[in-house]
Formats: sequence, C-alpha cells, structure tokens
Amino acid sequence: MDNLAETWVYLSASPLLHLTLTLIAFQAANWLFERTGRNPLANPVLGAVLLIVAVLLATDTDYATYFEGAQFVHFLLGPATVALAVPLCRQWCLVRRSALAISVSLLTGSLTAIATATGVAWIMGSPPEVLASLAPKSVTAPVAMAIAEQIGGLPSLTAVLVIVTGIFGAMFGPVALDLAGITDWRARPCHGHRQPRHRHRPRPASQ
Amino acid sequence: MIGHLILILTCQLAGELITGALALPVPGPILGMLLLFVLLMLRGAMPDGLDQTAGGLLRSMSLLFVPAGTGVMLHFKLLGDALLPLGAALIVSTLATIVVTGLMTRWLGRAQGDG
Repeated sequence: MDNLAETWVYLSASPLLHLTLTLIAFQAANWLFERTGRNPLANPVLGAVLLIVAVLLATDTDYATYFEGAQFVHFLLGPATVALAVPLCRQWCLVRRSALAISVSLLTGSLTAIATATGVAWIMGSPPEVLASLAPKSVTAPVAMAIAEQIGGLPSLTAVLVIVTGIFGAMFGPVALDLAGITDWRARPCHGHRQPRHRHRPRPASQ
Repeated sequence: MIGHLILILTCQLAGELITGALALPVPGPILGMLLLFVLLMLRGAMPDGLDQTAGGLLRSMSLLFVPAGTGVMLHFKLLGDALLPLGAALIVSTLATIVVTGLMTRWLGRAQGDG
C-alpha cells in the first residue's frame, strides 16, 4: 500500500499523468459530441477543458503542474499553424477566382468583429487585458492566441472566447444569414469550427 | 514523413527567427505558415505526402487548444467579473460579423457579376 502511495506521488509530479488526462478528457468530450449528433453546445474542446478543470480542482492540482504534462500537446499548435498553409494552398484556385470579393468581405468582417466586440466590452467597462483577449476572437484559435499574446491579452482567455464564438456562430449563424436573405455558398458557414467541415478536413473533431 | 515534418518545423523556426530579429508584431508560426504557402506556390505542385503530414496535424487540431484553454482556470476571477460584458460582446459581435460578411460577399458578388 505504501508503494502504491509512493508511486502515485511520483506519477502526479511526472508529465505522463497530465498528458494522459488531456487525451482522455478530449476523447470523452469528443465521444459526447458525436453522441449528441455534433451539437455545437457539446463542443469537444470546451467539454475537455471543463472536465480537466474539474479534475484539477478536485485533486488540488495547480495549472503549472498540469501544464508540465500538457505542454507536449500545446507545443504542436505551432507546427499545426504552419501546416494550415497546405489546405490554404489547395483551396487557392477556388479562392483566387473571387479573390477580390473574398478579401474585401473578410476585411470588412474582421473589422466588424474587432470593433463590435471591443466596443461592446469597452462600453460595459472591461479592463484592457480583457479587450486585448477579445479582439482576435473571430480568428482561428492558434492564430488568435498568438495575436492575443502579442497585444497584451491572455491567450487562454482568448482560446475560450474563440471556442464560444464558434459555438454561437454555429448555433445562430445560419439563422442570422437566413434572416438577412443570404444564400451565396461563399458567405455561408465560414465561422469558427464550421468552416473546415466543408473544406480541407473530411471529418474534423471541431474548430 | 520526417522530411515533411522538417519542412514544417523549419518554416516555423524561420518564422520565429525573422519575427524575433526584426521585432515584427506578427506571431512566428503565422509567418511560418506564409513562408510555407509561398514555397508551395513557387513549387507549383503539392509534394507527395505533405498532405498526409499536414492533415495529421490538422485533424487533431482542436485537441491542441485544450491545454491553453484549461489555462482559463487561472482567470476565473477576471472571467467572473467580466462575464456580462464578455457575453454581450460575443453575441453582438458574432451576429454582426456573420451578417456584415455575408452581405458584403453578396453585394460584391453581384457587382462582379454585373460588371
């Protein structure tokens, strides 16, 4: 019994435990997501985060200890961001035909996203680091987190905001577009985790 | 497979080096993505197998946000204080962004179609 306790103490300080926890939590959240028919509310990233936070709070583990293990997963964000060049390249001919329309729309859309989000939060009296975390929330998560870090925001807060934006976008986006009478496929689900589903990945988990 | 990983990591490394050396306000991996994009465009064709390596990274991309997302536990107090403004900002801005982008695309598509 002493041996078991000692092993546990050793394991809870080693990266293996929290690396495994991260993967299991994600797998469980992903299972739930599939079981609910890919309901945006059951977003697997959000589910995994909630599950892990619950375990860490229950076992009185601090984030730094958790990150010792989780950093191996986190590290891959950089290479994955670079790898986005591959689908971008493959979609290039599709994009190029309407390059002007798409770039102008994206520019207007991005400015709208930044202006409305920071505007509303600023009027309601949010501190600067919240505004800086909020500004990049309509970009894909790895890029948004990198931007938040650059402009003095909190990358982890941004990550959650991007996910929630994706959930809102998936839930209300189609309705909003229908109400505005927009049916052009180029303008349809391009928000948050809906976009890749039709594009470069056959069966993405989300985001 | 390893060759493609080297390509991806080298692009990231170059991105980090350039943004660091020139103190550019752009994150290293994003510059790395642009570098790889330019390289692929110059080459004109997708190297065999790069698809799979990139696809492997991208398929599990949502998992990669989990460690950073969990970091939100460090900001519970901030999140609690700013819950109302954050919620309002997200809802207003998400809807506004989708509608504005959609309208703009449609308007430009028409302008292009007419001209």
